[in-house]
Amino acid sequence: MNILLLLPEIILAATALLVVLGDLFLNRKGLLTIISLVGLATSLIFAIILAGREPQAIWQGLLMADRFATFMKLIFLSLAALVILASADYVKRLSHFHGEFHALILLSVLGMMLLGSSSSLITIFVSLELASVPLYALTGLLKDQRGTESALKFVLLSAVNSAVLLYGLALVFGFTGTASLSGVASAVWSLTANEIWSQPGLMFGSILVLAGFGFKIAAVPFHLWAPDVYEGSPTPIALLLSVGSKLAGFAVLIRLLLSISVPVTPPGIIVEFFTPLAISHDWGIALAVLAALSMTIGNLSAIPQSNIKRLLAYSGIAHSGYMLIAVSATSLAFSGLANGDVQIEALLFYMLAFAMAEVAVFTAVTVASQRVGDRIADYAGLGRRAPVLGIALTIGLISLTGIPPAAGFIAKFYVFSQAAESGLWWLVVIAVLNTIISAYYYLRIARLIWQGEPSDGAPITSGVAPKVALFIGAFGVLLLGVLPFWGMKLAEFGAAIFLP
Amino acid sequence: MTGFLSLIIFAPVLGAAVIGLWPRLSVRGIRLTALTACLVSLGLSLVLFIQFDRSGGVQFEEFLNWIPSLNVHYHLGVDGLSLPLVLLTTILSFVAVLISYQINTRIKAYFIWFLFLESSILGVFCSLDLLLFFIFWEIEVIPMYFLISIWGSGRKDYSATKYVLYTLFGSALMLAGMVCVYFATGSFDIMALSAGGQLLIQTVLPAAPLFLLLLIGFAVKLPVVPFHTWLPDAHTDAPTAVSVMLAGSLIKMGGYGMIRVCVGLFPTVARDFAPALIALAVISIVYGGAIVLRQTDLKRLIAYSSVSHMGFVLLGIFALSQTSLTGATLQMVSHGLITGLLFAAAGLVMHNTHERAIDRLGGLARQMPRAAVIFIIGGLGALGLPGTSGFVAEFTTFLGAFSSTEVAGIKIAVLIALLGILLAAAYMLWLIQRVFFGPSTVRFDGIRDASRLEVFYCGILILTIFAVGLCPAILTGAVQNVFNNILRLLT
Repeated sequence: MNILLLLPEIILAATALLVVLGDLFLNRKGLLTIISLVGLATSLIFAIILAGREPQAIWQGLLMADRFATFMKLIFLSLAALVILASADYVKRLSHFHGEFHALILLSVLGMMLLGSSSSLITIFVSLELASVPLYALTGLLKDQRGTESALKFVLLSAVNSAVLLYGLALVFGFTGTASLSGVASAVWSLTANEIWSQPGLMFGSILVLAGFGFKIAAVPFHLWAPDVYEGSPTPIALLLSVGSKLAGFAVLIRLLLSISVPVTPPGIIVEFFTPLAISHDWGIALAVLAALSMTIGNLSAIPQSNIKRLLAYSGIAHSGYMLIAVSATSLAFSGLANGDVQIEALLFYMLAFAMAEVAVFTAVTVASQRVGDRIADYAGLGRRAPVLGIALTIGLISLTGIPPAAGFIAKFYVFSQAAESGLWWLVVIAVLNTIISAYYYLRIARLIWQGEPSDGAPITSGVAPKVALFIGAFGVLLLGVLPFWGMKLAEFGAAIFLP
Repeated sequence: MTGFLSLIIFAPVLGAAVIGLWPRLSVRGIRLTALTACLVSLGLSLVLFIQFDRSGGVQFEEFLNWIPSLNVHYHLGVDGLSLPLVLLTTILSFVAVLISYQINTRIKAYFIWFLFLESSILGVFCSLDLLLFFIFWEIEVIPMYFLISIWGSGRKDYSATKYVLYTLFGSALMLAGMVCVYFATGSFDIMALSAGGQLLIQTVLPAAPLFLLLLIGFAVKLPVVPFHTWLPDAHTDAPTAVSVMLAGSLIKMGGYGMIRVCVGLFPTVARDFAPALIALAVISIVYGGAIVLRQTDLKRLIAYSSVSHMGFVLLGIFALSQTSLTGATLQMVSHGLITGLLFAAAGLVMHNTHERAIDRLGGLARQMPRAAVIFIIGGLGALGLPGTSGFVAEFTTFLGAFSSTEVAGIKIAVLIALLGILLAAAYMLWLIQRVFFGPSTVRFDGIRDASRLEVFYCGILILTIFAVGLCPAILTGAVQNVFNNILRLLT
């Protein structure tokens, strides 16, 4: 086993510790931002250097170092850097907690990265906790009444969720006798359909696991925490939750649902990474129903919202639905119910597009909220007070709606066409109708930004760092939309390991 | 000549970029930049029009791989069908920029959105790849939404939102249709598909539902009754220049799409559905025309007349004969010019009198004679006076439809549709009489008449109307060859 494969994670952990130490000795807290960014960049560079390697199992298959893991690492590391850039001004509101803020973000991202490469039930659970626990603290970091309430809700609900998930994982372990995904898969694949039904514990366990990750990705009906938590948490943390936490959930879901066949040590022996969920043909349909519910309920609930963060939370729930379409199409295709060549590129490309758009939108909200608060009505005339901010926010909203030339259009097109290819026509119809519903509330905000009369004409200024994040988000959205080639190459790179 | 079409399409975007990125550009500078950008497009499209080889075929093609994994190409080109519409769009945009000189709030943003609008419309007419076509089609929604909702009047929020939701509804179905075509054939290439695609498509999927999915998207835009209710609201509440673009150029995307995609890809399905669609066309013509008579608002009246006139386009398309399709294309161009002129003149009247209710206007011919002449010429064009483009277009359409052998019972439909001309004469003459003749209103004594600039841009449109009316061969020469391919597939 090669410890070097874990270099990105090790560097990240070291950076987090360095930030905590630095917080004790450094007077200029701005340096903490720089240390974190340098650490993230170094980790990113090593992740890229290690990207070309053959897939390898680490610690007897507890973790996998493969291209999918690398893809997720790239997303999480860039996201963390953007979150830190976006909050460069915002952290001044946190009187004492500069060190904690940065260190906790880094640790949480470390957890997400490990989630992306977990290939054992145990590492899945441990990394999930590592990703979540820092987020509890971050949510309540503002220490005001609403933040505390949010943090408490988040902790309690997450604790329940962890219990459910752990129970599910334990049941699966109990019925298959192994914790590694490959072992679970081969145990399950040795059973016939009737035998699986005669082991209700296994089915029950699988359902609990699915529910556990449904909570992470905020899919209906496990979504109720999201609006409350987003509303009270610092805005950059809402970004981390809405992209990082969600995509980490999807990463595990994909690993659970799809097969991978890679040589593990000792070389020569092929171990099939099959999983319990993949064996049941019904999972594809169950996920499709979850997708339909998430989209519809997410979008409909977003319409009456008057708080921008709550609205974005519901919009995020809807986007989980869109992404679940891709997962469901893939798992149908995988279980042989649909055309075989449906792959997860579409989902990965959607992740990229969604992440970019969310970065643009949440960064704009972060900067704006320091002056105008979170009420949507107060965003009137924002475009006049801060044109760059307004443009980035508008581009982000257009992308979330899915109107060209923004990336959201290509992403949705890609996902919907895959769903259509696997015969999920009814789901595509629902998704398209949902896109129209969502246009109503996204464009309403866009109009308000440009049309409304500002209550206060003073320009909104921000430092350079949030502007960089805004630019990367908005420009990335346009670049992915106009020249999707590079994004698709990256998505294909990440998806390649799932080729049968 | 690679890049020629791209330059026509993206010159306005470049202008928008200059306006957007040049800090402290003066109002005059902004207007001049927008005008220059439109002038570049107009000049190049005139060159295109002159250089175009009338003997047919797709010309000025550009072909680049764009999204290889989806087999999407950046494929542009013009043929006899898109050529007149490109020229129409650039002419109208040029005129609309001049009209927009009267905009005086948030000028920078206005011209940026306006130039984006022009680019997206031009892109639709030049795209030969279904997905590229769709992308340009969708981009148009955003500028339109902002142009109506910020610079409009009346219930502008309502109208803008209604416009967006109708368009998105139609385009969502259209996209579904395109995706199906893609799955059936693995190709987005319009030319390859229409060269024999239907056989290919039919082997995998039933063609009729696909045809209907695509058709609804275009029918919303054209608009066809019963999908027309967005149109009067959007036209009425949009600023004058945007009404000109909307009525003049944008709704032609619907007719263009029907010919290019619906009829082009599915000629025999189009023939199967033709009786129903011709019935809808007749309803649009007569119902639209009848409703115009009841209008009390100047702009709303002209807007509703579009519904009636677009019925002629639908009739011409689904009569499916060479002459009728040529007529439909001519009617799109002619209606674009005439309605553009009418909206410009109505804008003139409204801007100077601050009044848009017809019953409170009257006798304006004495107070603003130049505006009256402009409006009357537009009105006469709309009712199809010989010599104007309106006559040529409607005559060709009716002649083609009447003599068409593809659709049973079309002669009766045409006879009913002729009522539309009668109605057009009725509402136009009545409108002119109510607004410009009769006892003059004291309140309007001494109001400003059309300025030299306004006479200039209306003059451009008037000249074009008469040019097409007196010498239709400049268009028909290019247009009629296009339909050979489509009609060959029918036999």
